[in-house]
Amino acid sequence: MNIARWPLTGVLLAAFLPAHAADSMVVYTKGGANPAAMACITCHGAEGEGMAAAGFPRLAGLSAGYMRKQLADFASGARANPIMQPIAAALSAEEAEAVTAMLADKPGPEVERIGRTAAVEGPGETLALRGAWERNIPECVACHGPSGVGVGDAFPPLAGQSAQYLAAQLSAWRQGTRKNDPNDLMGHIARSLTDDEVKAVSAYFAGLTDQGAAR
Amino acid sequence: MNTQTSVLLLIALAVPAYADDIAMDDQSQILTGAGEPASSRYFQPPHESELPDNAYGKLVQEGRAIFVDTKNRAPEYVGNGLACANCHLEQGRKANSAPLWAAYTMYPAYRKKNNKVNSYAERLQGCFQFSMNGKAPEADGPVIAALTAYSYWLATGAPTGQELPGRAYPEVPKPEGGYDLVKGEQVYAAQCAVCHGPNGEGQKSGDDYVFPPLWGADSFNWGAGMHRINTAAAFIKENMPLGKGGTLSDENAWHVAAFMNSHERPQDPRLIDGSVEKTRDKYHANDGVNLYGEIVNGTMLGKGL
Repeated sequence: MNIARWPLTGVLLAAFLPAHAADSMVVYTKGGANPAAMACITCHGAEGEGMAAAGFPRLAGLSAGYMRKQLADFASGARANPIMQPIAAALSAEEAEAVTAMLADKPGPEVERIGRTAAVEGPGETLALRGAWERNIPECVACHGPSGVGVGDAFPPLAGQSAQYLAAQLSAWRQGTRKNDPNDLMGHIARSLTDDEVKAVSAYFAGLTDQGAAR
Repeated sequence: MNTQTSVLLLIALAVPAYADDIAMDDQSQILTGAGEPASSRYFQPPHESELPDNAYGKLVQEGRAIFVDTKNRAPEYVGNGLACANCHLEQGRKANSAPLWAAYTMYPAYRKKNNKVNSYAERLQGCFQFSMNGKAPEADGPVIAALTAYSYWLATGAPTGQELPGRAYPEVPKPEGGYDLVKGEQVYAAQCAVCHGPNGEGQKSGDDYVFPPLWGADSFNWGAGMHRINTAAAFIKENMPLGKGGTLSDENAWHVAAFMNSHERPQDPRLIDGSVEKTRDKYHANDGVNLYGEIVNGTMLGKGL
């Protein structure tokens, strides 16, 4: 029997047994075997949709490899975060593997795919679809894909994340509290952005819907 | 900065007309010196916001759309997973990245590649046959019309028939000890694979490539200019990793360019009598540094895919 297909059974089992077999739903809804590994659901929402107002990111539909790397980087401090550091450090490898695989299987946000062919309006969209090459800033979509839907394990989705979260990450790169990107590919871009650009481009990706960009 | 470089830099600044020649010889970094705002040295194409809202503006925008999304906008002429904008960065605007504004004003021109005077339309057709591994759009058809309009608009105000600084990928001197495929593989794994994949296969979002394939069936063919290691080294040094151009050493740019171009890719469409040897003798023997028809790791390259 595949336990992951029977989340309720898993929850019930976990109530009586220590969760050494890493049931993804148990980890997500109740936390890991180590009490410091608090339940993900507390901040990331019932379906992994995140909590926009508080800046807690969406996890549903992100690549499992990306999320595993973030957990490892939280634990090591390469991505400094006082909330996630102790949680990531307390999660076992099996628990991290199970919960990231479960979240990756959830659907990502439904957005209209907007690429470089589109016309641009305003500074956020201009940065997203044209870049600012006089400062060696590529188009965001050149790496994160059309509408920033994410590409592979290294380039996470921007669509579906809140402006609060996106702006906080760009700020973290600028301040050096987040430095876990491959070869400083994001860090050098973030450090070249102005405060206004951070706000505008975060608002742009947060505002994407299945009807296109917010106007 | 050493004395020789300083002197050359002064010459380049004082005599702008010769700056490009100097760069083509051996001091490519002069034209791309750090800290120099681009606006002070290179031709500036018009801003997109200046485009008129009329039939001409629409044709220019259609050309731009083809340029950045070639496979979807001109599917019958594209035989791989590339877009024009993969090699001509910033939508064909970026100096030292083969910008369209510097190319448009230099045609008609004689090209050794096909041994005749080429119109700009014929030059564009060449890109489709080789870099795009496809077939030439009709010279009087809508694809060439749109791309020509886009190029013409980007070159607004540029002098005709004058080689502008920033036209090419600045040449990178070959390493004294030659290139090294093993070192190239290491550079590739450390710097390139995160985007282009461990086997040069590129990465997609849905059906569309976000990161272009560098070799294999969906990449440029053996007739494309980028198959020359010297050309690829110049492109890579200037533009890669994306947004971090100029960070690889000259040697590593050569090593990794050679590594990329030591893999099989689609056949040169000029193939003579089905013979790689004859095609090499005619088209590749004197075409920069390239591995077409050469034996690498026991296998002859150039058989095509």
